[in-house]
Amino acid sequence: MLPCFSERFGNPSSVYALAREAQVTLEKARGRVAAAIGANPEEIFFTSGGTEADNWAIKGVAAANRKKGDHIVTSAIEHHAVLHSCRALEKQGYRVTYLPVDAFGRVEPGAVEEAITDTTILVSVMAANNEIGTIQPIAAIGEIARDRGIPFHTDAVQAIGAIPIDVDSMGVDLLALSGHKFYGPKGTGALYIRKKTRIGTFMDGGAQERGRRAGTENVPGAVGLGRAIELAVAEMPENAPRLAAMRDRLIREILETIPDTRLNGHPVERLPNNVNVAFRYVEGESILLMLDSLGIAASTGSACTSASLEPSHVLTACGLPPEHAHGSLRLTLGSRNTDEDVDYVLSVLSRVIERLRKISPLNPER
Amino acid sequence: MYSERVMDHFMNPRNMGEIPDADGVGEVGNPACGDIMRITLRIEEDRIVDAKFKTFGCAAAIASSSMATELIQGKTLEEALAVTNKAVAEALEGLPPQKLHCSVLAEEGIHKAIEDYRTRHGAPEANGG
Repeated sequence: MLPCFSERFGNPSSVYALAREAQVTLEKARGRVAAAIGANPEEIFFTSGGTEADNWAIKGVAAANRKKGDHIVTSAIEHHAVLHSCRALEKQGYRVTYLPVDAFGRVEPGAVEEAITDTTILVSVMAANNEIGTIQPIAAIGEIARDRGIPFHTDAVQAIGAIPIDVDSMGVDLLALSGHKFYGPKGTGALYIRKKTRIGTFMDGGAQERGRRAGTENVPGAVGLGRAIELAVAEMPENAPRLAAMRDRLIREILETIPDTRLNGHPVERLPNNVNVAFRYVEGESILLMLDSLGIAASTGSACTSASLEPSHVLTACGLPPEHAHGSLRLTLGSRNTDEDVDYVLSVLSRVIERLRKISPLNPER
Repeated sequence: MYSERVMDHFMNPRNMGEIPDADGVGEVGNPACGDIMRITLRIEEDRIVDAKFKTFGCAAAIASSSMATELIQGKTLEEALAVTNKAVAEALEGLPPQKLHCSVLAEEGIHKAIEDYRTRHGAPEANGG
């Protein structure tokens, strides 16, 4: 990737030798992305990230199929890149069904089937949830969409490198991915578009990306993305079970040692790197700041870290009352994390929670 | 995101706890919104001789309660009622805009605790409570 910033700086759209070299490099990266998800290289379109890929998939399919219908089926726990794209379409007169999820955050494939009408032009359900790590029954949903002849989009931003993804066996027609989720550069992503899928352009301009996504390609970014996805998929068979074991130990010991705690998300159908627990009587931002002071980087679904002051839409959709959602903590494991890191988190977390519960007027043991 | 002063009052909260048989108790906020403050006061001859808090909420909420209880220690009730949310936020060297409601909550908690004292002791209504 780094040479593309310096000596190999050619613009792939030009004709000189340096440009041809850049083009070869770009196409090599495209091939790596395609191989990672079982696609053909000409079905991969580089974007500025997962958000652009989701926007393009949803708005592009909606625009290209407007005469055919105006209805989209998605889920209540999608990433905001999907949800807000759908909301934007609703303002333009489209209708959107936001499917509910069960207490573990799973979409029922039968509910997708029931929601589909004669005017449905797109089904969009994420492969795995970013907050609670719940893995969706994508292949079952893909089969339903395919039987009804409706394009199926999946936001696979969290899933790539964590679980095996194959667009053919999963019946996926459009797939969004993001580089920085698997150690690629930030600001890189791609949209997979199955051949013959009707979709409008999102960026208009030059003829880059076979005329479908204008703008000079981010060559270094694409190269970084390609190499990162190749490594992530190659290392998955070794990494995923190792992370899952650390995940399970974290979950088990947190639930065992800290009272009034519950697991958010699915106990089994879960990303190997995701831990999400809710602690009663305490608020998530306070937990994060105390953990941060101890060198632990985590996140929360509490409203207090968002400008909207609303708790996580994902936890709320799973039926968690707001006061529990405010006390949620997400720990995401990375490939460099070790058993010692897990020991350290476990050794300090109960003290942090205890300390905050002492401050809390909600704690019944006050 | 937070000033050093906020982080100090969050990590080392002053006056944390609950005064047993307090003379005035004020609980404000709502668990659904993610903030609850419970202020307890010991009052002697219209003067606050002790103020304590318990707070469920973010760092700004905890720091605001800590600072607010500091600001009213030893003050007469009238002086304590004059401590505004702005004074709390300023004493904390500022709060992020989306967290200003935490200092409002602290002011409300103090007003409510003083009102509670006055109601129980048959004194006149609090000003601006």
